[in-house]
Amino acid sequence: MRVAGCDVGSLTAKAVILNGEGLVAQAVIRACARPEESAQKVMELALEKAGLNMQDLDYVMGTGYGRRQISFVQEVVSEIVCHGKAAHWLNPTIRMVIDVGGQDAKAIRVDEKGGILQYVYNDKCASGTGRFLEVMAEALDVALEDLGGLALQSRDPVSISNQCAVFAETEVVSLLNGGKAKPDIAGGLVRALAHRIAALAKSIGLEAPIVMSGGVAKNQGVYDALEKVLGVQFNRPEGDPQINGALGAALLAKEARELN
Amino acid sequence: MNVAGCDVGSLTAKAVILTDRKIVSCSIQRATSRPEDSARNVMEAALAGASLKFQDINYTVATGYGRERIPFINDAVSEISCHGRGAQWLIPGIQMIIDIGGQDCKAIKLDQGGRVIKFATNDKCAAGTGRFLEVMAKLLGISLDDLGTLSAKAKAPLDLAAACTIWAQTEVIHHLNNGLPIEDIAAGINQAMAKRVAMIVNGIGLERNVCISGGVAKNEGVVAYLEKLLGVKLKRPPKVDPQAIGALGAAILAHERMGGRS
Repeated sequence: MRVAGCDVGSLTAKAVILNGEGLVAQAVIRACARPEESAQKVMELALEKAGLNMQDLDYVMGTGYGRRQISFVQEVVSEIVCHGKAAHWLNPTIRMVIDVGGQDAKAIRVDEKGGILQYVYNDKCASGTGRFLEVMAEALDVALEDLGGLALQSRDPVSISNQCAVFAETEVVSLLNGGKAKPDIAGGLVRALAHRIAALAKSIGLEAPIVMSGGVAKNQGVYDALEKVLGVQFNRPEGDPQINGALGAALLAKEARELN
Repeated sequence: MNVAGCDVGSLTAKAVILTDRKIVSCSIQRATSRPEDSARNVMEAALAGASLKFQDINYTVATGYGRERIPFINDAVSEISCHGRGAQWLIPGIQMIIDIGGQDCKAIKLDQGGRVIKFATNDKCAAGTGRFLEVMAKLLGISLDDLGTLSAKAKAPLDLAAACTIWAQTEVIHHLNNGLPIEDIAAGINQAMAKRVAMIVNGIGLERNVCISGGVAKNEGVVAYLEKLLGVKLKRPPKVDPQAIGALGAAILAHERMGGRS
């Protein structure tokens, strides 16, 4: 049996292939202009890594904001459900998932079976999502992937008073003009983002063990700052935290296949 | 008797001079990074407009976010109170002011005497403030004035899904790439702006007798949509630039402090 999950997000697309034993292949790509194109590309890449063709897959589950545009799936499901499934599969003791992507942030409380107890979602305001970091990296004139490392070098992080990404961008420019060091500004920015995410997570009540996933989980600066702000140590399962949505979709594809 | 009101905001500084209760000069300038410099510059411009000197002013009231840092003033009063006072003086019986500035938006309810009963402000989120319009005008490559007037030419105003300035930018870029007429996009932007402002206004309860002030009051597109959404005709402050209503209120308070009749 071979199944796959395909998660088409706003900025990246992810695919995971599973067989009866476990994970066979995974892929992450930058999203293309059209979701259907992103899905096709990332699936082909994962299939290539596994040495398989589309016809070899028994069941494919789609998820993510572009899930309705994927042509080759048998079924689609919300990301929330996928994240619960994936967290449970990675470590059944996990009780909470904090997933921060390029355009949204979610906090999800899961039960001992990976079922969803409660969740909260922000996709209305860019601050508190990965986009905040993108805007700020541009204002600081550093690469997005360098922002986290830069923040870790900070000795005296600045305090960012604005929440709104538009206002915070202006604040960063005046901090730069005022002679503040880039690492200290970066340190202040990751802490500001961490506070926004923490407020979202706390609104449904923290429950450890917690796993952080999504593209922003790869930003060590934000990851460390969020642990500090929440006063917890995240559970660190092996693997790429960005593929959890696709992994959950693949696990659900497996269940669906077994049922049919 | 000469008195002055000086309103130092985040983006602009305004000064109004009254001589025996008459507006004799009004100046509006882009703010500098130091509120004390902005205040001095705008006061000097207003004084020059009235052919007066600093020594000729009997009393000065300051307002705005930089008010505590202005050295030459006699007193400092909150913007909310000054806006209330200014609006009530210009339009007796006014019950509500909607003031939309470069970085904030306020809705203020007044009693018969122009005292503040209730107010709501947004200065946390760029949506619903002049900044939203600035970002969008820049994106469209047009002036703020054009953004306001283009609205009227729209055939099918765009319905923007996002409230957040950052997400709305992405949406606008998408529509520009798809070749949507610029006037339809401009109308959509003004409409989105009006929706946010209406939310703040409705949060404290709309009144019948309402005036609009602040820099965004000059944007006809936003004002038209706001009137439609709220279902009231918005009054423009007469005699003075809608951006200077806070400075005017401060000047009226200065006049009263000197014992002048209101």
